[in-house]
Amino acid sequence: MAEAAETDQGPLTTIVNDWSSDVTTFKAVPWGKAMMWIFLLSDTFIFTSFLVSYMAVRMTQTDAWPEPSEVFSLEAFGVPVPLLLIAIMTFILITSSGTMAMAVNMGYRKRKVAVFWLMFATALLGASFVGMQAFEWTKLIGDEGVRAWQNPMGAAQFGSFFFMITGFHGLHVSAGVVYLLIVAFRVLRGKYDNTSFEIVEITGLYWHFVDLVWVFIFAFFYLW
Amino acid sequence: MATAEIPYQETVPLHHPKTWIGKYVFSQDHKVIAVQYGITAMAVGLVALFLSDLMRIQIAFPEFMDWFVEDYYYQSITMHGMIMVIYLLTAFLLGAFGNFTVPLMCGARDMVFPFVNMLSYWVYLLSVIILLLAYIPGLGGPTGAGWTLYPPQTITEGTPGADWGITTMLASLAVFIVAFTMGGLNYITTILQARTRGMSLMRLPLTVWGIFVATFLGLLAFPALFVSAIMMILDLKIGTSFFMPAIVSLGQTLAYDGGQPLLFQHLFWFFGHPEVYIVALPAFGVVSDLISVHARKNIFGYRLMVWALVFIGILSFIVWAHHMFVAGMHPYFGFFFATTTLIIAVPTAIKVYNWILTLWKANIKLTVPMLYALSFVLTFIMGGITGLFLGNVIIDIPLSDTYFVVAHFHMVMGVSPILAIFGGIYHWYPKLTGRMLNDTLGKWHFWITFLGTYIIYFPMHYLGFIGVPRRYYENFDSSFYPASAQLLNEVITYTALVVGVAQLLYVINLVHSYFYGKPAGDNPWGANSLEWCTPETPPGHGNWGDRLPTVHRWAYDYNVPGSEKDFIPQTVPQGQTS
Repeated sequence: MAEAAETDQGPLTTIVNDWSSDVTTFKAVPWGKAMMWIFLLSDTFIFTSFLVSYMAVRMTQTDAWPEPSEVFSLEAFGVPVPLLLIAIMTFILITSSGTMAMAVNMGYRKRKVAVFWLMFATALLGASFVGMQAFEWTKLIGDEGVRAWQNPMGAAQFGSFFFMITGFHGLHVSAGVVYLLIVAFRVLRGKYDNTSFEIVEITGLYWHFVDLVWVFIFAFFYLW
Repeated sequence: MATAEIPYQETVPLHHPKTWIGKYVFSQDHKVIAVQYGITAMAVGLVALFLSDLMRIQIAFPEFMDWFVEDYYYQSITMHGMIMVIYLLTAFLLGAFGNFTVPLMCGARDMVFPFVNMLSYWVYLLSVIILLLAYIPGLGGPTGAGWTLYPPQTITEGTPGADWGITTMLASLAVFIVAFTMGGLNYITTILQARTRGMSLMRLPLTVWGIFVATFLGLLAFPALFVSAIMMILDLKIGTSFFMPAIVSLGQTLAYDGGQPLLFQHLFWFFGHPEVYIVALPAFGVVSDLISVHARKNIFGYRLMVWALVFIGILSFIVWAHHMFVAGMHPYFGFFFATTTLIIAVPTAIKVYNWILTLWKANIKLTVPMLYALSFVLTFIMGGITGLFLGNVIIDIPLSDTYFVVAHFHMVMGVSPILAIFGGIYHWYPKLTGRMLNDTLGKWHFWITFLGTYIIYFPMHYLGFIGVPRRYYENFDSSFYPASAQLLNEVITYTALVVGVAQLLYVINLVHSYFYGKPAGDNPWGANSLEWCTPETPPGHGNWGDRLPTVHRWAYDYNVPGSEKDFIPQTVPQGQTS
């Protein structure tokens, strides 16, 4: 307000005044979106703690650590291809981020049917990611004998961290699929007709976050 | 800064409960949720107080309670620490004060997502129930690992509750973190996005600033505890070795191999040190407001107070390993963490000086809330200064695991926040219920509690210096320390029992005044901040009647020259005085 204008208007004061200004700090940001951002910040610290713990234990490990290009290879046309499955999984998840972004765009244009199908496609891609993860787990457990508490190729912590972190991420993806489907059906039924469809973007924020986390998990588990 | 537009929050319809249960039990009203949080936290806090008195009796009179065996002692230590830090202090300062003050002081009708806010309380209650499940007979009792829960001893056989006790503890912590996250997201979003017209962040009362920064710390620090809880449950239940090295326990080689016990300590203290400030920063904020209101003077250096809160919050994330100087870290780490630790003294000292300068030449009213606020400043200085000793590696190492440490952290993060909580309760009770708390009872309660805590904790510094170790079930005759140490222990125990019983005065006061207290009126203290400007006392559902208030000034216009009263509420336009 003009009557509260600061007399000292140095650059720092201006920045502080902008950030602390009237009513809302982030202009035109709905409550739900602000809340989702803060939640994701908190969730980032969860995944960071997981990954840093993994790095710390792996670096101090005296037992052998399995070679990722061998453990995660898949036989295609009779030749073992390293990281084949994981490349497909990553591709699928990144693609789902694309469909999600298109859904957000359609949301702001209020094209409800397009939003529904794009979100549905995103959920489908997410579900297939989880399905492939289940396949990967089955292969590790069944064929290679890796368990959360043991690992025939060396350090037991390989299995522990792999199952814990990819499992925790898989739970995030599964929850995201449910979340996407709920929002998609609600959009179709017209529950958000009186809003500007920011809920689609909020759902999208969560989904992109889950994708981004996967990129880090991918780098730390499969490329290191 | 435009004011013409209608704030988004005025267009959001409020949830209106239709039934009694919807109004008072599964309520979405932030004030009811605050009371629910407060009562639950105080109830579980009384349990922890009872446990501490049992331990004191055991320390001073080892022969007195034959049934109180070693296991019970260690279980009591653990439960006392964990309950006090998490389920009382964190839950009360953020759950009760946060819920009550944030919407009222920001000028909001409620939290931004009242339903999530309600869930936050019920999940918190669930975590308390899970915590207390360990007392069910036949489960082996709660864990006796100490509140830091260090592996490997926490989950190896021989530690009390190494099976179910630790499981319920970790599960309860994980559930508590979920509850805190739901509440915390609400507090932050409300403060950032749902203030009323004219309420810039730099006009917020310092209470809200303290809660704001503390909630941020919680949202970023609790994840580390969450992760370590998950990893320890996996170590315990399915035999992974995250924290467990190859180990021989009770003559048997366990199946664990290759884990890192130090990793747990890092994760735990990455949570644990910010946790200290999660309970300290709201207390700072509350005390700043109490001092300003009851000294009838504006807070000295408001902007610096805000920045000090923010800097303490940031610094609190890079000091954690000062809890681990004796854990076997690289000495250079000790050097780094000692330095960052001592740097925290700067913003903290700024706050203390500003409180004192606020009191300088002020019109101090020694009301019960003010007594508590002043005692907070004194106690915090005492506890803070011993922190400077312990922050130095070279002094910390000989003092580690002695009563000096016990005295330090009880002064700085046990007694201080509790004093601030009592001050806040005596201050806001009139707004919450419409009735004043009894002054005489309040003063008795204050003096017994305040002097009592000094008789309890001051001698502990001395006990620590002469080398009495903490967490010992029984102090046998030792040539290390003189026999008079035992006499001191007895004095401490008698005082602790008196202080423990004296809390009944406070409970009686709360209940009695609710029915028979003097009617308070809208603004008994002559305070400026928005919660005292509600059209009804206690504030009705939606807080503000038909229209949200408009804020024209900061919350600290006391004794402004030329005004007829000695305070100008925040809703009074500039240029007017009342």
